[in-house]
Parts: sequence; C-alpha cells; structure tokens
Amino acid sequence: MSGLAAGIRSAYYDQKVCILERHNTIGGLNSFYRLRGRNYDVGLHAVTNFTPRGTRRGPFARLLRQLRLTWDDFGLSPQLMSSISFPNVELTFDNNIDLLRSEVARAFPQQIDNFEKLMDSLIDYDDLEQSHFELSTRERLSEVITDPLLIEMILCPVMWYGNPREHDMDYGQFCIMFRALFLEGLARPFDGVRLILRKLVRKFRELGGELKLRTGVQQIKIENGRAVGVILDCGDEMSGKNILSSVGAVETFRLCDDKDITHVHKTGQLSFIEAISTLDTYPAKLGHDKTIIFFNDSDTFHWQRPLDDLCDVRTGVICTPNNYCYDVSDGELPDGIMRITALADFNRWKNLNEDDYDRQKDIWFNKVVNSATKFAPDYREHTIDTDMFTPQTIQRFTSHDNGAVYGATRKWFDGTTNFNNLFLCGTDQGFVGIVGSIISGISMANHHLLRGD
Amino acid sequence: MTPAEISDAVLDILATINPDEDLSSLDDEQEFRDQLEMDSMDFLDIVMELRKRYRVQVPEEDYEHLVSMAKTVAYLEPQMKDISA
Repeated sequence: MSGLAAGIRSAYYDQKVCILERHNTIGGLNSFYRLRGRNYDVGLHAVTNFTPRGTRRGPFARLLRQLRLTWDDFGLSPQLMSSISFPNVELTFDNNIDLLRSEVARAFPQQIDNFEKLMDSLIDYDDLEQSHFELSTRERLSEVITDPLLIEMILCPVMWYGNPREHDMDYGQFCIMFRALFLEGLARPFDGVRLILRKLVRKFRELGGELKLRTGVQQIKIENGRAVGVILDCGDEMSGKNILSSVGAVETFRLCDDKDITHVHKTGQLSFIEAISTLDTYPAKLGHDKTIIFFNDSDTFHWQRPLDDLCDVRTGVICTPNNYCYDVSDGELPDGIMRITALADFNRWKNLNEDDYDRQKDIWFNKVVNSATKFAPDYREHTIDTDMFTPQTIQRFTSHDNGAVYGATRKWFDGTTNFNNLFLCGTDQGFVGIVGSIISGISMANHHLLRGD
Repeated sequence: MTPAEISDAVLDILATINPDEDLSSLDDEQEFRDQLEMDSMDFLDIVMELRKRYRVQVPEEDYEHLVSMAKTVAYLEPQMKDISA
C-alpha cells in the first residue's frame, strides 16, 4: 500500500514508475482473499485515523489531497462503538473522544484530570522527531497517570494496533496511535480493503504507472555505493534511478547484501494468529453490538511474544465487521463474521510439521475463541465456516521476518539507507495501518523522489 | 502571463490540491496557511504543479515566497511573464 501511494505521487509528477509485487495480489498485510465463496480481509480490522467528510486536518485529509482522491473514494463507514475490556472494568469509546473522556471519569474519577493532561501533551504528527520518538511510553504515562490499571487499559488497544516492540512502546508511536484510534477514529469500507486497493491501483495505472504482479525481487544490485537496479526472482534485471522498498528495513538490507549486522537485532518479534468465524446470524442478534473489543484477562497487560507456547490468548482483539454504521444503500454484509486475534510465536509455528500445524490450528482456534467469549456473547453454535491465519501466513503476505506484523522495533523516520538512492517506505519507516502506510509512501516519495529534479 | 493570469494559474493549482475548498473568497494579502490550513506537503505541491504545468522551477530556499497570493504572484512574475497564458 505504501508502494502504491509512492507510485501514485511519483507517476502524477511524470516519473516513470514500476511497482514490483511478488504475490499475485496486492496489499501486503492489508490484502484480501476468497475462500469457499466468501470474501475475507487479511489485515484490516478497521481503518484508523478516520475523520468525517470535510475535515481538513489530520493524516486522512492529507492523504486524500496528496493523492487527489475524494472522501467518497474510500467509502468509509464509522464504527458503532468499541471497548477496552478488562476483568472488572470496561471503557467504551467511539469516534467522538467525549465518550472515552466520560468513561474514564466514570471508572477512574481520580484520574480524569491526569487523562486530560496526557491528551494535552501528545506530540503532534508534524513535530515527531527521532530523538523523542524513542522515549519510553510506560515512563511517560506513569509520570502523568497514577493508577496502574488505567495505564494498562490505555496501552492495550494502542499497542495492539501499532506497537512493534515488546513490553514498552516508543512514545512517538504511542502518540501516533492514540490520535489514530481515539482522537480520530475507526471506520471500514463496506466492501472491505479491496475497495481501497482497487481505487489506488486504478489511479496508479491511469497516471501511467506499471504494476507487475508475481514479480519478486531476489536482490538489489549495488555498484559503487549506489542501488543501480534489481534482480528479479526469474533472473531478469531491471535498472532504475531510485528504488523505494516496502519489504521492511532489515529485509531490504539483506536484499542489498548489506553486511552491516547492527540492524539484525531490530527485527520485530510480535506476530499474531487470527480465528475467523462465519456465522449463520448477525452478531447484533446475539446481543453483540461492539465494533472492536480489546480484551485482557487480568489487571496486567502482557505485550510480548509467547514465552512457552504457540500462542498467548490472555489478551486479544475481537473484531466484528458487521458492526459499522454502513450506509442504508449498502445493506448488510452477507454473513455475520467474528474475527479474534491473539499473540503468537513465529518460530514455534514455523517448526511444526504439516500434520501438527493443522492440529495446532484447530487447538488454538478453540482456545482463542474460548478466551474471547469471556468478553463477548458466545457465538460458537452459530458457526458455519471458519478460517485461521498464523504467523506463517503473515510472513507470506508481508515478507517480514518472524511474521512481525508491525515490523522492526526501531523505525527509520527519514527513510534513508546506506545507499543514497535506496529508500524505505511502509511499516519500518514509521507509520502503520492503512492510512499510515499510505502516508509513509507519500512522504517518502515527496522527500526523496520528487524534490530537486 | 500578466499578474492576473498568474494569479488565475495559482488559483487553479490550489483548486487541484484542495478540491473541496471554496476559493472564491480567498484574500490575496492573507497567508494561504491561515485561510486554507495548508501544510508543508501542500506547499510542495504548489511547487510541483508549477513545474509540471509551466516548467517553472522554485528552489527550496525560495518556498518562503509562496506564502500568500500577492507574494506568490510577485515572486513568479519575472519567471512567468514570457509564458503565454
């Protein structure tokens, strides 16, 4: 997605652009597939950073202007209501921050002033710099908020939707995600992520851009300190003036045969499983009215790779694509769908043999759904079809080492590499999510491909 | 191009960048940033559109001249006066 955005910007300003995609479909993690006659989104739970029609500020408005798209092109419908659910406390929120404010005041009356202070002190997108980006979020939060439970409850959704680091979070990333989730909001196109991808591809092609599917890159060719071109999986070579890579930072350096091993320990460790159930009824009919539930089964939120098992289902995300405020003209989605995401260990999944892999998928499907139904109505008897993705699926779609959904633990804000015409975009440049990756592509094209020609 | 034609050209660029914006009440003396909530990416777009449409080059150190319509037209006039509208 970041590559498409960078491609649109560059092609619009008359550059000759070719996008290489290894898979037979586009989108990386934000992709889609069809199985047994049903459409599924891969990554998308919700588009974050949603702002209403006519809003001029914020990343979503910015990306529309930059890509010359209209608000309607994304066809976004806002969430109904979501929640952060811990054993004895629930905080609900929607796309108006006043609901979360009142919920914090209700559940944590002693903390509401501190919560306001926290919101006042968030860094604005344009003021993010590498130096304060990497401050500890846990330290910052404990300076402002004095109830540890509220800190855990704030961290849970924010980490789930964009933290590549274990245990703690870069403060810059926290500010981005807090804004994206709570001060802006959640939405979804009725037709899922495919609608957004289709619009982006059409725009790119209209501008003369070339998109090659099933065309993987096996090596970036370096000569005299410059990236002069790529060698494709099929052995053919292509040359280019500039190369923008969305495959991940460490992964890009490896393609260059860059021996600078200081990057290696930055590889992310956090990967997910997701258990998708198709139901014979709509979740609302079972009394489930939330769009997203971020749940955690104790007062302490553990954001880490599972230490001694394939998955950790103590915390997770329940996403219900039906529960958005769709336009009346859209009608209803064809089926009820419940998607449950939990933390998973890439290596343990990778080392399973084929039989064990299938068996463990069944086992963990049941465990994760069991865990989720403590926080949402039990929908199991209504299940008519299921699917599940594992860290290996994520690696296949994203090429990220370890199936790390949010990429490396440090980010390369300026997108530069050891080679002066090779740049990074996408997850490892710093912004995550659909809007984030599009913004990443736009800003890297602006900074590195379009200036000073 | 006359100053009025340059002003129209810039208006047209602003309309491309901000399709949802009503530009009819734009004040030539006031800064774009205050009237249109433009950010640095939008200013880059004015520069890029000038290059794309009129082959006019604005070096980065001159971006500061593009703050309002009056100042933009004054800055562009020497470069654009020989372009036919």
